[in-house]
Amino acid sequence: MAEAAESPGDPGTASPRPLFAGLSDISISQDIPVEGEITIPMRSRIREFDSSTLNESVQNTIMRDLKAVGKKFMHVLYPRKSNTLLRDWDLWGPLILCVTLALMLQRGSVDSEKDGGPQFAEVFVIVWFGAVTITLNSKLLGGNISFFQSLCVLGYCILPLTVAMLVCRLVLLAEPGPINFMVRLFVVIVMFAWSIIASTAFLADSQPPNRKALAVYPVFLFYFVISWMILTFTP
Amino acid sequence: MAAADELAFHEFEEATNLLAETPEAATTSRSEQLTPQGHVAVAVGSGDSYGAEDEVEESDKTALLQEEKQQPGFWTFGYYQSFFDVDTWQVLDRIRGSLLPRPGHNFVRHRLRNRPDLYGPFWICATLAFVLAITGNLTLLLAQRRDPSIHYSPQFHKVTVAGVTIYCYAWLVPLALWGFLRWRQGVRERLGPYTFLETVCVYGYSLFVFIPTVVLWLIPVPWLQWLFGVLALALSAAGLVFTLWPVVREDTRLAAAVLLSVVVLLHALLALGCKFYFFQPLPPAHVAPPPRATALPPSILLPPTSPWSVATPDGQSLQAQHERTLLPALPTLRP
Repeated sequence: MAEAAESPGDPGTASPRPLFAGLSDISISQDIPVEGEITIPMRSRIREFDSSTLNESVQNTIMRDLKAVGKKFMHVLYPRKSNTLLRDWDLWGPLILCVTLALMLQRGSVDSEKDGGPQFAEVFVIVWFGAVTITLNSKLLGGNISFFQSLCVLGYCILPLTVAMLVCRLVLLAEPGPINFMVRLFVVIVMFAWSIIASTAFLADSQPPNRKALAVYPVFLFYFVISWMILTFTP
Repeated sequence: MAAADELAFHEFEEATNLLAETPEAATTSRSEQLTPQGHVAVAVGSGDSYGAEDEVEESDKTALLQEEKQQPGFWTFGYYQSFFDVDTWQVLDRIRGSLLPRPGHNFVRHRLRNRPDLYGPFWICATLAFVLAITGNLTLLLAQRRDPSIHYSPQFHKVTVAGVTIYCYAWLVPLALWGFLRWRQGVRERLGPYTFLETVCVYGYSLFVFIPTVVLWLIPVPWLQWLFGVLALALSAAGLVFTLWPVVREDTRLAAAVLLSVVVLLHALLALGCKFYFFQPLPPAHVAPPPRATALPPSILLPPTSPWSVATPDGQSLQAQHERTLLPALPTLRP
């Protein structure tokens, strides 16, 4: 952009016409402040540098995040090989799912506290520390996935099991019996398989090929424990 | 290189045994015949094994580890990554080795090849803890099917207890053992004792046999449960003893005997403790052979609020003992 600052009336003696020849006619002196807005045709993804989101309504902000979370839910429910979950990771979805699951797994503390199902804190700890442990395990085995991407995937893939929990709670409103148990067992098994398939679809590619089973087995154990908690829930 | 000629055409196991006794010997032995583990060879100690590396899968890493030993500092991620440097088939191979201990085969030398990993111990302990809690809960469910007055509850606190117990056992006992062996070895470094990680590895993999045993303990036949328990304990303890034997046999007779018996005893205590705490015998609603009370050691239905209860004294009938222990937990009596 040096051509713009040339002194006027001197288009150059023997050199060919420069690229921005017309600009040399403009004189920019020191005491005229240059100000204005530079608008980029494609809006950048880094939202925090873009000051216009400060002025938008709260509804816009919330809806944008909710839409991102919802899009990822769809990716989990119909697992395809896509990079959306990995590229734009966020931890809102896992938090919402974990809190929902932990709240639904609570029972009224009628019996002795020690003997009941998992408390809220226990579910929370199992989900988050389980996810952290699996992520560390896959990184130590040599996988090339980042820490938060892996947490994001594992958290989002709890969605089928949360749906199973909802269904189980509804089924438990009916009368108890072996059919009740069979229905719940079937639903939990199907959702457990769905979770495993969804998470391995996203995670398996990032592992070295001769260690895939080593990285997938802890995921299996993690979802198995969560399924067990869901299945043994008694109101 | 003096020993290279003698070792060049020996069998695989003998080569490894000889190597184990003289670790400074530099050998390159590639066995042409198929060993049970496939086409692996032992190339330990010297740099001239590099030429043969590209044909053999494991020898390069073993040579590197043995001679360079420049591990990154413990504050780097790479340090811990070196403990997870195992492939799927290696982990399966080590598990198979722990399931079938053989008297001459030292787990550390033959299976680990002095390359311990942390993946096996960690995840085997995690699996065992969860399987214990889950199958223990399942026996309660089965008991409720048989006797509807027993109250079923998920008993989630048992997961915590199981986890803490298994992890403490699998990490603190090897620490104590390692410390003791180090103390006994003193300055005799000829056949060095195992490193801490190798000890943890041995213990971790030896716990694997309890996983199918615990699942089989669901079968509600008492003598079968005891049979499985004794079998699992025998396999597991045998693996430990065969691994520790080469290290302690140079010590005094008394010390060796005491050490080995303490190891086996701790293992037995773990197995028994798990059986009594997590598993409850089925109520004798349909199956009540009277000799049961005297044939077995007293095993009672534990009330949920006292985790470590003591066995009731002998001489009392099983039925009375059953009713007494159910009373605090239930408002209704068994008819």
